[in-house]
Amino acid sequence: MVSGLINANPVVYEKKERQVRSIATIPDEYAVEPIDQQEIFDHIRDIKDPEHPYSLEELKVITEDAIEVDNERSYVRVTFTPTVEHCSMATVIGLCLRVKLMRSLPSRYKMDIRVAPGTHATEAAVNKQLNDKERVAAALENPNLLDMVDECLAPSYG
Amino acid sequence: MELLDGNLELKEIQNLQGHTDRVWSIAWNPATAAADVPAVFASCSGDKTVRIWEASPSTRSWDCKAVLEETHTRTVRSCAWSPSGKLLATASFDATTAIWENVGGDFECVSTLEGHENEVKSVSWNASGSLLATCGRDRTVWIWEVMPGNEFECIEVLQGHTQDVKMVQWHPTMDILFSCSYDNTVKVWWSEDAEGDWSCVQTLGESSKNHLCTLSGYHDRTIFSVHWSREGIIASGAADDAIRLFVESKDGLMNGPSYQLLLKKEKAHDMDVNSVQWFPGEKRLLASGSDDGAIKIWELETLPG
Repeated sequence: MVSGLINANPVVYEKKERQVRSIATIPDEYAVEPIDQQEIFDHIRDIKDPEHPYSLEELKVITEDAIEVDNERSYVRVTFTPTVEHCSMATVIGLCLRVKLMRSLPSRYKMDIRVAPGTHATEAAVNKQLNDKERVAAALENPNLLDMVDECLAPSYG
Repeated sequence: MELLDGNLELKEIQNLQGHTDRVWSIAWNPATAAADVPAVFASCSGDKTVRIWEASPSTRSWDCKAVLEETHTRTVRSCAWSPSGKLLATASFDATTAIWENVGGDFECVSTLEGHENEVKSVSWNASGSLLATCGRDRTVWIWEVMPGNEFECIEVLQGHTQDVKMVQWHPTMDILFSCSYDNTVKVWWSEDAEGDWSCVQTLGESSKNHLCTLSGYHDRTIFSVHWSREGIIASGAADDAIRLFVESKDGLMNGPSYQLLLKKEKAHDMDVNSVQWFPGEKRLLASGSDDGAIKIWELETLPG
Protein backbone atom coordinates (compact mmCIF):
# COMPACT_ATOMS: atom_id res chain seq x y z
CA MET A 1 0.00 0.00 0.00
CA VAL A 2 1.23 3.52 -0.70
CA SER A 3 2.26 5.35 2.45
CA GLY A 4 1.35 8.78 1.13
CA LEU A 5 -1.46 9.90 -1.14
CA ILE A 6 -0.72 9.94 -4.86
CA ASN A 7 -1.85 13.53 -5.03
CA ALA A 8 -1.88 15.10 -1.59
CA ASN A 9 -3.15 18.49 -2.71
CA PRO A 10 -5.72 18.11 -5.46
CA VAL A 11 -7.28 21.14 -7.03
CA VAL A 12 -10.92 21.30 -6.00
CA TYR A 13 -13.42 22.96 -8.28
CA GLU A 14 -16.88 24.27 -7.59
CA LYS A 15 -19.72 21.93 -8.37
CA LYS A 16 -21.88 22.89 -11.31
CA GLU A 17 -25.42 23.91 -10.54
CA ARG A 18 -27.63 20.94 -11.06
CA GLN A 19 -31.04 20.66 -12.64
CA VAL A 20 -33.72 18.89 -10.70
CA ARG A 21 -34.77 15.85 -12.65
CA SER A 22 -36.46 12.67 -11.65
CA ILE A 23 -33.91 10.01 -12.19
CA ALA A 24 -35.27 6.48 -12.01
CA THR A 25 -33.38 4.49 -9.41
CA ILE A 26 -34.07 1.24 -11.25
CA PRO A 27 -33.13 1.36 -14.94
CA ASP A 28 -36.15 1.06 -17.15
CA GLU A 29 -35.14 -1.57 -19.69
CA TYR A 30 -37.79 -0.47 -22.11
CA ALA A 31 -37.20 3.28 -21.83
CA VAL A 32 -37.35 4.82 -25.23
CA GLU A 33 -36.61 8.34 -24.10
CA PRO A 34 -33.19 9.32 -25.29
CA ILE A 35 -30.52 9.45 -22.61
CA ASP A 36 -28.39 12.56 -22.85
CA GLN A 37 -25.00 13.73 -21.61
CA GLN A 38 -26.60 15.51 -18.66
CA GLU A 39 -28.30 12.35 -17.44
CA ILE A 40 -25.15 10.27 -17.67
CA PHE A 41 -23.24 13.01 -15.89
CA ASP A 42 -25.84 13.05 -13.10
CA HIS A 43 -25.25 9.32 -12.55
CA ILE A 44 -21.50 9.75 -12.09
CA ARG A 45 -20.78 13.28 -10.89
CA ASP A 46 -21.06 12.45 -7.18
CA ILE A 47 -18.85 9.38 -7.24
CA LYS A 48 -16.22 9.92 -4.61
CA ASP A 49 -12.56 9.92 -5.58
CA PRO A 50 -10.88 6.83 -4.05
CA GLU A 51 -8.31 8.93 -2.22
CA HIS A 52 -9.90 12.24 -1.34
CA PRO A 53 -13.21 13.29 0.21
CA TYR A 54 -14.26 15.02 -2.99
CA SER A 55 -16.42 13.98 -5.91
CA LEU A 56 -15.10 13.29 -9.40
CA GLU A 57 -16.95 16.43 -10.50
CA GLU A 58 -15.28 18.59 -7.86
CA LEU A 59 -11.87 17.34 -8.91
CA LYS A 60 -12.79 17.79 -12.59
CA VAL A 61 -11.95 14.15 -13.19
CA ILE A 62 -15.14 14.03 -15.22
CA THR A 63 -17.04 16.77 -16.98
CA GLU A 64 -20.27 16.77 -18.94
CA ASP A 65 -18.43 17.46 -22.21
CA ALA A 66 -16.34 14.37 -21.82
CA ILE A 67 -19.39 12.17 -22.18
CA GLU A 68 -20.50 10.92 -25.60
CA VAL A 69 -23.91 9.31 -26.09
CA ASP A 70 -25.39 7.71 -29.17
CA ASN A 71 -28.91 6.53 -28.41
CA GLU A 72 -29.52 4.92 -31.77
CA ARG A 73 -26.58 2.65 -31.26
CA SER A 74 -27.09 2.47 -27.48
CA TYR A 75 -23.51 3.54 -26.98
CA VAL A 76 -21.80 5.63 -24.30
CA ARG A 77 -18.20 6.72 -23.98
CA VAL A 78 -16.88 8.41 -20.86
CA THR A 79 -13.47 10.05 -20.92
CA PHE A 80 -12.00 10.92 -17.55
CA THR A 81 -8.95 12.91 -16.52
CA PRO A 82 -6.95 11.63 -13.57
CA THR A 83 -5.63 14.42 -11.36
CA VAL A 84 -2.02 13.37 -11.87
CA GLU A 85 -0.22 11.62 -14.74
CA HIS A 86 1.01 8.69 -12.67
CA CYS A 87 -2.25 8.13 -10.90
CA SER A 88 -2.38 4.52 -9.76
CA MET A 89 -6.04 4.99 -8.91
CA ALA A 90 -6.93 5.44 -12.58
CA THR A 91 -8.10 1.85 -12.96
CA VAL A 92 -10.19 2.10 -9.77
CA ILE A 93 -11.83 5.31 -10.98
CA GLY A 94 -12.52 3.73 -14.36
CA LEU A 95 -14.02 0.70 -12.63
CA CYS A 96 -16.26 2.91 -10.49
CA LEU A 97 -17.53 4.70 -13.57
CA ARG A 98 -18.29 1.44 -15.33
CA VAL A 99 -20.04 -0.14 -12.34
CA LYS A 100 -22.21 2.91 -11.68
CA LEU A 101 -23.30 3.13 -15.31
CA MET A 102 -23.85 -0.64 -15.55
CA ARG A 103 -26.19 -0.37 -12.60
CA SER A 104 -27.95 2.75 -13.91
CA LEU A 105 -28.40 2.30 -17.64
CA PRO A 106 -30.53 -0.24 -19.57
CA SER A 107 -28.49 -3.37 -20.29
CA ARG A 108 -28.49 -2.76 -24.03
CA TYR A 109 -26.00 0.09 -23.62
CA LYS A 110 -22.42 -0.56 -24.71
CA MET A 111 -19.85 1.39 -22.76
CA ASP A 112 -16.30 2.45 -23.36
CA ILE A 113 -14.36 4.10 -20.54
CA ARG A 114 -11.03 5.76 -21.24
CA VAL A 115 -8.58 8.25 -19.83
CA ALA A 116 -8.30 11.54 -21.67
CA PRO A 117 -5.52 11.26 -24.25
CA GLY A 118 -2.22 12.55 -22.94
CA THR A 119 -3.27 12.59 -19.28
CA HIS A 120 -1.78 9.34 -18.06
CA ALA A 121 1.68 7.83 -18.27
CA THR A 122 0.41 4.36 -19.19
CA GLU A 123 -2.71 5.44 -21.07
CA ALA A 124 -2.89 2.49 -23.49
CA ALA A 125 -2.44 -0.08 -20.72
CA VAL A 126 -5.07 1.56 -18.50
CA ASN A 127 -7.58 1.82 -21.36
CA LYS A 128 -7.01 -1.80 -22.36
CA GLN A 129 -7.64 -3.04 -18.83
CA LEU A 130 -10.69 -0.86 -18.27
CA ASN A 131 -12.36 -2.22 -21.39
CA ASP A 132 -11.43 -5.88 -20.97
CA LYS A 133 -14.71 -7.44 -19.90
CA GLU A 134 -13.07 -10.55 -18.51
CA ARG A 135 -10.63 -8.55 -16.37
CA VAL A 136 -13.42 -6.28 -15.12
CA ALA A 137 -15.58 -9.29 -14.21
CA ALA A 138 -12.72 -10.91 -12.28
CA ALA A 139 -11.88 -7.65 -10.51
CA LEU A 140 -15.46 -7.25 -9.35
CA GLU A 141 -15.29 -10.69 -7.72
CA ASN A 142 -12.52 -9.41 -5.48
CA PRO A 143 -14.30 -8.43 -2.24
CA ASN A 144 -11.74 -5.80 -1.24
CA LEU A 145 -11.93 -4.06 -4.59
CA LEU A 146 -15.71 -4.29 -4.62
CA ASP A 147 -15.86 -2.69 -1.17
CA MET A 148 -13.67 0.15 -2.36
CA VAL A 149 -15.87 0.68 -5.41
CA ASP A 150 -19.08 0.60 -3.36
CA GLU A 151 -17.62 3.14 -0.96
CA CYS A 152 -16.83 5.50 -3.83
CA LEU A 153 -20.25 4.95 -5.33
CA ALA A 154 -22.26 5.49 -2.14
CA PRO A 155 -22.64 9.29 -2.42
CA SER A 156 -23.78 8.97 -6.04
CA TYR A 157 -27.02 7.16 -5.26
CA GLY A 158 -28.67 10.31 -3.90
CA MET B 1 -20.01 -24.61 -53.60
CA GLU B 2 -23.44 -25.39 -52.29
CA LEU B 3 -23.17 -23.07 -49.30
CA LEU B 4 -22.58 -19.98 -51.38
CA ASP B 5 -25.30 -20.73 -53.93
CA GLY B 6 -28.26 -21.21 -51.65
CA ASN B 7 -30.23 -18.73 -49.64
CA LEU B 8 -29.37 -19.55 -46.07
CA GLU B 9 -30.87 -18.50 -42.77
CA LEU B 10 -29.87 -18.98 -39.16
CA LYS B 11 -33.15 -19.90 -37.55
CA GLU B 12 -33.61 -19.72 -33.80
CA ILE B 13 -34.74 -23.14 -32.58
CA GLN B 14 -34.71 -22.54 -28.86
CA ASN B 15 -33.98 -19.96 -26.16
CA LEU B 16 -32.73 -21.65 -23.00
CA GLN B 17 -33.01 -19.82 -19.69
CA GLY B 18 -31.60 -21.00 -16.41
CA HIS B 19 -28.27 -19.39 -15.67
CA THR B 20 -28.62 -16.38 -13.37
CA ASP B 21 -25.56 -14.56 -14.66
CA ARG B 22 -23.75 -14.28 -17.99
CA VAL B 23 -22.98 -17.45 -19.95
CA TRP B 24 -19.28 -17.49 -20.77
CA SER B 25 -18.76 -20.77 -22.66
CA ILE B 26 -20.53 -23.68 -24.26
CA ALA B 27 -19.17 -27.11 -25.18
CA TRP B 28 -20.92 -29.91 -27.07
CA ASN B 29 -20.26 -33.44 -25.84
CA PRO B 30 -18.42 -35.10 -28.76
CA ALA B 31 -19.81 -38.54 -27.88
CA THR B 32 -23.32 -37.30 -28.59
CA ALA B 33 -22.69 -36.33 -32.19
CA ALA B 34 -24.16 -39.55 -33.60
CA ALA B 35 -27.68 -39.37 -35.00
CA ASP B 36 -29.21 -41.90 -32.62
CA VAL B 37 -27.83 -40.32 -29.44
CA PRO B 38 -29.49 -37.32 -27.72
CA ALA B 39 -27.24 -34.30 -28.23
CA VAL B 40 -25.69 -32.97 -25.01
CA PHE B 41 -23.84 -29.76 -24.27
CA ALA B 42 -22.46 -28.01 -21.20
CA SER B 43 -22.61 -24.30 -20.40
CA CYS B 44 -20.72 -22.39 -17.75
CA SER B 45 -21.51 -19.07 -16.15
CA GLY B 46 -20.73 -16.13 -13.90
CA ASP B 47 -23.31 -17.68 -11.56
CA LYS B 48 -20.55 -20.16 -10.55
CA THR B 49 -22.41 -23.15 -11.99
CA VAL B 50 -22.20 -25.41 -14.99
CA ARG B 51 -25.39 -26.67 -16.61
CA ILE B 52 -25.76 -29.84 -18.67
CA TRP B 53 -28.39 -29.75 -21.39
CA GLU B 54 -29.76 -32.75 -23.26
CA ALA B 55 -32.01 -32.99 -26.29
CA SER B 56 -35.24 -34.83 -25.59
CA PRO B 57 -35.96 -37.36 -28.38
CA SER B 58 -39.70 -36.81 -28.17
CA THR B 59 -39.92 -33.01 -28.08
CA ARG B 60 -36.64 -32.48 -29.99
CA SER B 61 -35.83 -29.62 -27.65
CA TRP B 62 -33.23 -29.27 -24.95
CA ASP B 63 -33.81 -29.52 -21.22
CA CYS B 64 -31.44 -28.81 -18.39
CA LYS B 65 -30.46 -32.23 -17.05
CA ALA B 66 -28.07 -31.17 -14.31
CA VAL B 67 -26.73 -28.14 -12.50
CA LEU B 68 -23.15 -28.57 -11.29
CA GLU B 69 -23.00 -26.27 -8.31
CA GLU B 70 -21.43 -25.80 -4.89
CA THR B 71 -17.98 -26.60 -6.20
CA HIS B 72 -16.57 -23.53 -7.86
CA THR B 73 -16.62 -20.46 -5.64
CA ARG B 74 -16.29 -17.94 -8.45
CA THR B 75 -17.18 -17.51 -12.13
CA VAL B 76 -16.77 -20.64 -14.24
CA ARG B 77 -15.10 -19.30 -17.36
CA SER B 78 -14.55 -22.30 -19.62
CA CYS B 79 -15.59 -25.94 -20.00
CA ALA B 80 -14.38 -28.79 -22.18
CA TRP B 81 -15.39 -32.42 -22.62
CA SER B 82 -12.75 -35.13 -22.96
CA PRO B 83 -12.71 -36.69 -26.46
CA SER B 84 -14.51 -39.78 -25.13
CA GLY B 85 -17.23 -37.57 -23.70
CA LYS B 86 -16.84 -39.25 -20.31
CA LEU B 87 -15.25 -36.34 -18.44
CA LEU B 88 -15.95 -32.62 -18.29
CA ALA B 89 -13.27 -30.14 -17.23
CA THR B 90 -14.37 -26.74 -15.91
CA ALA B 91 -12.00 -23.80 -15.40
CA SER B 92 -12.82 -21.11 -12.86
CA PHE B 93 -11.76 -17.68 -11.59
CA ASP B 94 -11.41 -19.44 -8.21
CA ALA B 95 -8.02 -20.65 -9.53
CA THR B 96 -9.08 -24.30 -9.81
CA THR B 97 -10.07 -26.64 -12.61
CA ALA B 98 -12.66 -29.25 -11.70
CA ILE B 99 -13.06 -32.61 -13.42
CA TRP B 100 -16.55 -34.08 -13.49
CA GLU B 101 -17.77 -37.55 -14.36
CA ASN B 102 -21.26 -38.68 -15.21
CA VAL B 103 -22.00 -41.38 -12.63
CA GLY B 104 -25.39 -42.89 -13.44
CA GLY B 105 -26.99 -39.61 -14.44
CA ASP B 106 -25.41 -37.52 -11.69
CA PHE B 107 -22.33 -35.49 -12.31
CA GLU B 108 -19.70 -35.85 -9.61
CA CYS B 109 -16.58 -33.80 -9.17
CA VAL B 110 -13.89 -36.49 -9.23
CA SER B 111 -10.85 -34.27 -9.13
CA THR B 112 -9.81 -30.66 -8.49
CA LEU B 113 -6.68 -29.34 -10.16
CA GLU B 114 -4.94 -26.67 -8.12
CA GLY B 115 -1.82 -24.71 -8.77
CA HIS B 116 -2.64 -21.58 -10.72
CA GLU B 117 -2.09 -18.46 -8.64
CA ASN B 118 -5.26 -16.75 -9.75
CA GLU B 119 -8.07 -16.94 -12.33
CA VAL B 120 -7.98 -19.93 -14.68
CA LYS B 121 -9.37 -18.82 -18.00
CA SER B 122 -9.36 -21.78 -20.35
CA VAL B 123 -9.07 -25.58 -20.44
CA SER B 124 -8.49 -27.92 -23.37
CA TRP B 125 -8.02 -31.69 -23.88
CA ASN B 126 -5.64 -33.08 -26.47
CA ALA B 127 -6.95 -35.31 -29.28
CA SER B 128 -6.38 -38.60 -27.43
CA GLY B 129 -7.59 -37.37 -24.07
CA SER B 130 -4.26 -38.16 -22.41
CA LEU B 131 -3.36 -34.55 -21.68
CA LEU B 132 -5.16 -31.49 -20.37
CA ALA B 133 -3.98 -27.88 -20.63
CA THR B 134 -5.03 -24.90 -18.52
CA CYS B 135 -3.98 -21.24 -18.50
CA GLY B 136 -4.66 -18.10 -16.54
CA ARG B 137 -3.93 -14.58 -15.40
CA ASP B 138 -0.76 -15.78 -13.66
CA ARG B 139 0.77 -15.82 -17.20
CA THR B 140 1.38 -19.57 -17.17
CA VAL B 141 0.12 -22.54 -19.15
CA TRP B 142 -0.07 -25.85 -17.26
CA ILE B 143 -0.03 -29.28 -18.85
CA TRP B 144 -1.57 -32.13 -16.88
CA GLU B 145 -1.29 -35.83 -17.59
CA VAL B 146 -4.37 -37.97 -17.15
CA MET B 147 -3.58 -40.95 -14.94
CA PRO B 148 -5.66 -43.98 -14.02
CA GLY B 149 -8.39 -43.51 -11.45
CA ASN B 150 -9.11 -39.91 -12.48
CA GLU B 151 -5.80 -38.69 -11.12
CA PHE B 152 -4.13 -35.74 -12.79
CA GLU B 153 -0.48 -34.91 -12.54
CA CYS B 154 1.01 -31.62 -13.60
CA ILE B 155 3.89 -32.41 -15.94
CA GLU B 156 4.80 -28.90 -17.02
CA VAL B 157 4.31 -25.25 -16.10
CA LEU B 158 5.03 -23.21 -19.20
CA GLN B 159 6.37 -19.70 -18.74
CA GLY B 160 6.85 -17.37 -21.63
CA HIS B 161 3.84 -15.16 -21.99
CA THR B 162 4.44 -11.78 -20.41
CA GLN B 163 0.79 -11.20 -19.51
CA ASP B 164 -2.51 -12.91 -18.76
CA VAL B 165 -3.05 -16.07 -20.87
CA LYS B 166 -6.64 -16.08 -22.06
CA MET B 167 -7.05 -19.29 -24.00
CA VAL B 168 -5.41 -22.62 -24.74
CA GLN B 169 -6.30 -25.07 -27.46
CA TRP B 170 -4.71 -28.29 -28.68
CA HIS B 171 -4.19 -29.09 -32.34
CA PRO B 172 -7.02 -31.42 -33.51
CA THR B 173 -4.72 -34.36 -34.27
CA MET B 174 -1.20 -33.67 -33.00
CA ASP B 175 0.10 -32.97 -29.51
CA ILE B 176 0.85 -29.34 -30.24
CA LEU B 177 -0.56 -26.72 -27.89
CA PHE B 178 -1.56 -23.14 -28.73
CA SER B 179 -2.02 -20.37 -26.21
CA CYS B 180 -3.12 -16.79 -26.71
CA SER B 181 -2.45 -13.94 -24.40
CA TYR B 182 -3.16 -10.37 -23.31
CA ASP B 183 0.43 -9.76 -24.47
CA ASN B 184 -0.96 -9.87 -28.03
CA THR B 185 0.83 -13.06 -29.04
CA VAL B 186 -0.10 -16.65 -29.77
CA LYS B 187 2.49 -19.21 -28.65
CA VAL B 188 3.03 -22.69 -30.02
CA TRP B 189 4.23 -25.31 -27.50
CA TRP B 190 5.68 -28.71 -28.31
CA SER B 191 7.62 -31.54 -26.78
CA GLU B 192 10.00 -33.80 -28.71
CA ASP B 193 8.76 -36.95 -27.03
CA ALA B 194 6.71 -38.20 -24.12
CA GLU B 195 9.57 -37.74 -21.65
CA GLY B 196 10.85 -34.49 -23.05
CA ASP B 197 10.35 -30.97 -21.84
CA TRP B 198 7.82 -28.77 -23.46
CA SER B 199 8.97 -25.51 -24.94
CA CYS B 200 7.69 -22.66 -27.00
CA VAL B 201 8.66 -23.37 -30.58
CA GLN B 202 7.03 -20.35 -32.13
CA THR B 203 5.49 -17.03 -31.14
CA LEU B 204 2.94 -15.58 -33.54
CA GLY B 205 2.49 -11.85 -33.52
CA GLU B 206 1.15 -9.19 -35.77
CA SER B 207 3.55 -9.71 -38.62
CA SER B 208 4.25 -13.43 -38.52
CA LYS B 209 5.02 -15.21 -41.75
CA ASN B 210 2.34 -17.88 -41.26
CA HIS B 211 -0.38 -15.28 -41.19
CA LEU B 212 -2.80 -15.99 -44.04
CA CYS B 213 -5.74 -13.69 -43.71
CA THR B 214 -7.55 -11.26 -41.43
CA LEU B 215 -11.30 -10.73 -41.59
CA SER B 216 -12.04 -7.22 -40.43
CA GLY B 217 -14.74 -4.63 -40.74
CA TYR B 218 -17.55 -7.03 -39.84
CA HIS B 219 -17.96 -6.81 -36.08
CA ASP B 220 -17.43 -3.39 -34.53
CA ARG B 221 -16.70 -4.56 -31.01
CA THR B 222 -14.71 -7.34 -29.35
CA ILE B 223 -15.09 -10.76 -30.94
CA PHE B 224 -15.31 -13.23 -28.08
CA SER B 225 -15.67 -16.51 -29.84
CA VAL B 226 -14.97 -18.15 -33.15
CA HIS B 227 -15.58 -21.75 -34.24
CA TRP B 228 -15.09 -23.75 -37.43
CA SER B 229 -17.80 -26.23 -38.45
CA ARG B 230 -17.15 -29.64 -40.06
CA GLU B 231 -18.00 -28.10 -43.41
CA GLY B 232 -15.66 -25.15 -42.96
CA ILE B 233 -18.17 -22.49 -41.94
CA ILE B 234 -16.62 -20.05 -39.47
CA ALA B 235 -19.03 -18.72 -36.85
CA SER B 236 -18.13 -15.66 -34.78
CA GLY B 237 -19.85 -14.15 -31.75
CA ALA B 238 -19.13 -10.63 -30.58
CA ALA B 239 -19.89 -7.78 -28.19
CA ASP B 240 -22.08 -6.18 -30.85
CA ASP B 241 -24.68 -8.83 -29.97
CA ALA B 242 -24.30 -10.40 -33.39
CA ILE B 243 -23.34 -13.77 -34.84
CA ARG B 244 -21.65 -13.87 -38.23
CA LEU B 245 -20.89 -16.80 -40.50
CA PHE B 246 -18.04 -16.84 -43.00
CA VAL B 247 -17.00 -19.26 -45.73
CA GLU B 248 -14.01 -19.52 -47.98
CA SER B 249 -14.56 -17.59 -51.16
CA LYS B 250 -13.69 -19.14 -54.46
CA ASP B 251 -12.60 -16.19 -56.53
CA GLY B 252 -9.06 -17.48 -56.67
CA LEU B 253 -7.74 -13.94 -57.02
CA MET B 254 -5.57 -13.97 -53.94
CA ASN B 255 -2.58 -16.01 -52.97
CA GLY B 256 -4.03 -18.33 -50.37
CA PRO B 257 -7.51 -18.49 -48.90
CA SER B 258 -9.88 -15.57 -48.57
CA TYR B 259 -13.21 -15.54 -46.82
CA GLN B 260 -16.53 -13.89 -47.32
CA LEU B 261 -19.52 -13.21 -45.15
CA LEU B 262 -22.14 -15.93 -45.57
CA LEU B 263 -24.74 -14.34 -43.32
CA LYS B 264 -25.12 -12.15 -40.27
CA LYS B 265 -27.55 -12.41 -37.40
CA GLU B 266 -27.76 -9.01 -35.73
CA LYS B 267 -29.32 -8.86 -32.28
CA ALA B 268 -28.79 -12.62 -31.97
CA HIS B 269 -28.90 -11.90 -28.25
CA ASP B 270 -29.84 -8.83 -26.16
CA MET B 271 -26.25 -8.45 -24.99
CA ASP B 272 -22.72 -9.58 -25.89
CA VAL B 273 -22.35 -13.02 -27.47
CA ASN B 274 -19.54 -14.76 -25.55
CA SER B 275 -19.53 -18.19 -27.12
CA VAL B 276 -20.55 -19.85 -30.40
CA GLN B 277 -20.13 -23.59 -30.90
CA TRP B 278 -21.14 -25.78 -33.82
CA PHE B 279 -22.74 -29.12 -33.06
CA PRO B 280 -20.12 -31.80 -33.93
CA GLY B 281 -22.62 -34.06 -35.69
CA GLU B 282 -24.31 -33.88 -39.04
CA LYS B 283 -27.09 -31.43 -38.24
CA ARG B 284 -26.16 -27.80 -38.87
CA LEU B 285 -26.81 -26.63 -35.35
CA LEU B 286 -25.09 -23.76 -33.55
CA ALA B 287 -25.24 -22.99 -29.83
CA SER B 288 -24.58 -19.47 -28.55
CA GLY B 289 -24.21 -18.08 -25.02
CA SER B 290 -24.55 -14.48 -23.94
CA ASP B 291 -24.13 -11.84 -21.23
CA ASP B 292 -27.93 -11.83 -21.10
CA GLY B 293 -27.74 -15.27 -19.41
CA ALA B 294 -29.48 -17.02 -22.27
CA ILE B 295 -28.33 -19.86 -24.51
CA LYS B 296 -29.77 -20.11 -27.98
CA ILE B 297 -29.81 -23.04 -30.35
CA TRP B 298 -29.82 -22.13 -34.04
CA GLU B 299 -30.19 -24.18 -37.18
CA LEU B 300 -28.61 -23.18 -40.45
CA GLU B 301 -31.39 -23.76 -42.98
CA THR B 302 -31.73 -23.35 -46.67
CA LEU B 303 -34.67 -21.13 -47.51
CA PRO B 304 -37.14 -22.56 -50.02
CA GLY B 305 -37.12 -21.28 -53.61
